[in-house]
Amino acid sequence: MPQTAPASAIKKWVGQSIRRTEDRLLLTGKGQFLDDMKLPGMYHAAVLRSPYPHAIIKSVDASEALTMPGVRGVLTGEDVGRMSSPFPQAVEEPLEYYCIAVDRARYVGEGIAVVVAEDRYLAEDALQAIRVEYEPLPPVVDVEKAVEEGAPILHPKLGTNIINHRDLRYGDPEAAFAQADVIVGEKFFFPKYSSTPMETFAVIAQYEPIEDIITIWSNFQGPFTMHPVSVAALRTAENRLRFIVPPDIGGAFGIKSSMFPQMVMTALAAKKTGVPVKYIEDRMEHLMSSSSGTDRVTYIEAAARKDGTILGIRKKEMDNVGGYLRSPEPACMYRSTGNQLGPYTIKNLAWDAYVVMTNKCPTGPNRGYGCQQLYFEMERIIDLLADRLAMDPAEIRRKNLIPTDQFPYTTPTGGIYDAGDYVACLDMALQKADYAKLRQEQEKARKKGRLVGIGLATVVDPSVTNIGYITVAYTPEFRSSKKFNPKSGSGETAVVKMDPLGQVSVIINTVPEGQGHETIVAQIVADELTISPDDVRVVSGMDTFTRFWSITTGTYSSRFASVGASAVAMAARKVKEKLLKIAAHQLEVDLDDLELVGGFIQVRGAPERRLSIRRVSGLAHWNQWGLPEGMEPGIHASYTYNFPCSTPPDADDRVDSSATYSFIADLACVEIDPETGQVEIKKYVTVHDCGSIINPKIVEGQIYGSFVHGLGGAFYEEMAYDESGQYLAGSFVDYMCPTAVEAPELIIGHVETPSPLTVLGSKGCGESCTMSVPVCLANAVADALKPLGATINRLPLKPHDIWQLIQDGTSSSAPKDARKRK
Amino acid sequence: MKPPVFKYLRVASVQEAVSVLAEYGGEAKILAGGQSLVPMMNFRVAQPAVLVDINPVKELDYIRPQDGWLRIGARTRQRSLERTPEVAQKCPLLAAAVKWIGHPQIRNRGTIGGSLVHGDPTAELALVATLLDAELTIQGKGKSRTVGPADFFEGVMATRIDEDEILTQVSFPVIPPRSGYGFRELCIRHGDFAIVAAAAQITLGENGRYAAARVAVSGAGAKALRIRGAEEVLVGEIGSAQVLDAAAARVPGEVEPIGDLKGSEAYRREMAKVFVRRALEDAWSMVKEN
Repeated sequence: MPQTAPASAIKKWVGQSIRRTEDRLLLTGKGQFLDDMKLPGMYHAAVLRSPYPHAIIKSVDASEALTMPGVRGVLTGEDVGRMSSPFPQAVEEPLEYYCIAVDRARYVGEGIAVVVAEDRYLAEDALQAIRVEYEPLPPVVDVEKAVEEGAPILHPKLGTNIINHRDLRYGDPEAAFAQADVIVGEKFFFPKYSSTPMETFAVIAQYEPIEDIITIWSNFQGPFTMHPVSVAALRTAENRLRFIVPPDIGGAFGIKSSMFPQMVMTALAAKKTGVPVKYIEDRMEHLMSSSSGTDRVTYIEAAARKDGTILGIRKKEMDNVGGYLRSPEPACMYRSTGNQLGPYTIKNLAWDAYVVMTNKCPTGPNRGYGCQQLYFEMERIIDLLADRLAMDPAEIRRKNLIPTDQFPYTTPTGGIYDAGDYVACLDMALQKADYAKLRQEQEKARKKGRLVGIGLATVVDPSVTNIGYITVAYTPEFRSSKKFNPKSGSGETAVVKMDPLGQVSVIINTVPEGQGHETIVAQIVADELTISPDDVRVVSGMDTFTRFWSITTGTYSSRFASVGASAVAMAARKVKEKLLKIAAHQLEVDLDDLELVGGFIQVRGAPERRLSIRRVSGLAHWNQWGLPEGMEPGIHASYTYNFPCSTPPDADDRVDSSATYSFIADLACVEIDPETGQVEIKKYVTVHDCGSIINPKIVEGQIYGSFVHGLGGAFYEEMAYDESGQYLAGSFVDYMCPTAVEAPELIIGHVETPSPLTVLGSKGCGESCTMSVPVCLANAVADALKPLGATINRLPLKPHDIWQLIQDGTSSSAPKDARKRK
Repeated sequence: MKPPVFKYLRVASVQEAVSVLAEYGGEAKILAGGQSLVPMMNFRVAQPAVLVDINPVKELDYIRPQDGWLRIGARTRQRSLERTPEVAQKCPLLAAAVKWIGHPQIRNRGTIGGSLVHGDPTAELALVATLLDAELTIQGKGKSRTVGPADFFEGVMATRIDEDEILTQVSFPVIPPRSGYGFRELCIRHGDFAIVAAAAQITLGENGRYAAARVAVSGAGAKALRIRGAEEVLVGEIGSAQVLDAAAARVPGEVEPIGDLKGSEAYRREMAKVFVRRALEDAWSMVKEN
């Protein structure tokens, strides 16, 4: 059914909650996902995985497996070492990382061999017949133990497990700490957790030997940085490696940025066996051997004046990237360089950054990349500071928030916060929560012995990664050397075309994973061309052989509303300009005398002199002679939008790591059952400034989705290992994602400060609450436990963890209180 | 996560099932709702050579009050227990417990017999069967026997049923008059396996004192455990917060929990007490209202 805009906003689709155009197909089960695709003569892959966290692979004997029914071939580490090269890295150190283990396994679940058979059942049968001789080595999974003297070394050629270290300094942290009235410090642990998209990694690969072309269909989400990385691993050429992505992806959340090793593995299997090969990762494999965010240990101190002015932050961070550094790591550490100091006017930072390898599954982008870890330590330490100063946590935040009149604001670490009204967001959150009353109720409840807590978090939500940030991993000396090629940029391309009958198609390369890009593109183009969204056909998916793409192409870092939407709007404007030029020529009027109204190009003040868009577009195709002199026939325009602020890091390691920055102010009220440690979320308020909102319903969905993901990090999800390196969360029984039942209703608010850097003033919101929720809930739980003298310094908080804190607090609350009062 | 090859046989009657089981012995496994067995086969943890599908066995799908018992065919779906009014009337504790089993999709397929034979130590149905001294009827080739929970549940995923036998019927005693009950469960998320669960049923005598009391917990041992000490404390007493406290205080000494990721030994021991106390509170408030 055609949709109509409300009368009050005729021709204004942007800003309306129009229905998602994607949903009809998805809800009727007609989406086209990778596993729906079949090639003639296609075989299926299954992967033998290491049961050891750390072992030398002495031999792999697949002879029996090769004799089994339906088995076409087996790809071993030896083949991989012969047929491919290690993936290029984002650090100087020579680290050998292949798509499966070549001579040593470094985590439980690492691929050892790949069976290619007629179906997945037969392939899994054959796995059981492969004989592998392992020589187990001592494992290490704890990031602090991995850097100790005498720790097992994962990569003997490196001689250390530290794959990257930067001692970064911004401002004058020593002076800040010397001047401080108070200094608070704490050690924090943030867990390894993931996103578990409904659709796991899915790949089909085919090798065509005559033209030497490898085609890989997959649900890869970008960034297409991984295309050249895969080209190098496969020892091929860019124009011989074809990545194709289907129109539908069942969720990605950053995790599917890290699937290129599985893509290369499937390609090698196809190349070796001479048949097209499909690899559909199962859930156990996804949980144990795909990707996750890093777990992080942080030692952090904050220095402040008595009045609550925060002077500086000093910290040592250790990111656990697992068995290998996999591109784009060590980005978890550096993606948030520009927003390291959050929404505050803090001027000084000492940041000792270690990136460490251990016998866990490798890591990569995970919704909120690096920011969950960052804000957990930052927003917790700010609460500890407030405690020490006996300040209200809302007040200490308000005192240090960047004032509204200081935007655009350049941070000490090089970020340029484009726009925002942080104070208004915090005030709105407090008002929506009825903060003063909530505190009174808390006071009353505490007197009755109830454990009620209120937590806050104010965080900057970066969107549109500038790929230049990753080079903060290198020293400025190396970055200025001749052998180094600088990196920068955040561009995205869109194409708008009109066919001979005047119909509009928009081609996007953003490989949407459920975000609703098709809907939003239709809204934007409908506005630009004064037509209905129903008349805009959006073509998604991706093909590196036929699309105009770049390194930064893809959907990640909440970039679409900033850069994708801008590219689409600008391409549509180029089309509009061309239509107007043709009409001006036809109507013999000045270009400036024309306007586009309701699908017609008309003369200002004389609307009866008009031509329909369809007529003008038709002319550009059917009557090319009738075009203005020198104009190319046809109607199509591409536009690549980029942000000039996305530059490489400077000599002082400052970089505007993201192009735009949204803001979130969250408030949680929880009550803990003192007998069981169970937490009930009584109220959750989240206020966002993500610029101008294109589709409020979609933004609401993003906030709910990211909230539940953050809730997982706070209370439920952890990719846990035991000390011997065995993995403990191989199914959804043990890896606990929160469900709708666990999710409370949210109180959502918006402050809309348009971004001056994007065409529509919009910016990202897709990751948002994943960054704020873990720490906001941790702060609320900590506040609830405050009367017991307990503190929160690690996640996730399961009932038995909280119960233990209550036990410890109850048994020793008197001395702890006394210590606090000092 | 694909199973190896297995032979699949559909049977239409108990008799047929029993003779197939006798033929294949230990190689065969009964497929009822498949909610535990099929995932275990996909993980290749269970690799039965023969699957005997009893889903067509209609004679095992019934809920029938009879002689003071609620008799339930072993292939009856958990969803039927949840939705059949007789269960809520005659054995309301069972109806309350069933709601805690997984999610509706699981209960739509899962059967009462499948859950009991599987022997998961935190299963709700095993807890209720243990609490109420359910009678389990087992059919072998040419022989039938009826046992109580003590002779049926053995330990973690272990039940005393022979390879050639099939559980056919489970009977629960109808709740006596002037009784109250409680079922409480602690899990991290809704629908999860319980960390601990507690069930209680108390019956008031004419004199206003507790004439009978039943208390059991799961998640605090290798199988569901009756807490006899707590029952002894309750019987003969007049209900009060102190009496319930005293009964619950007996729990830690009578359980044998094993710690894991979801709860340490100490936590489970304490939670067994807390949840028994809460289940008793629910039961007490029901009889108080009488």
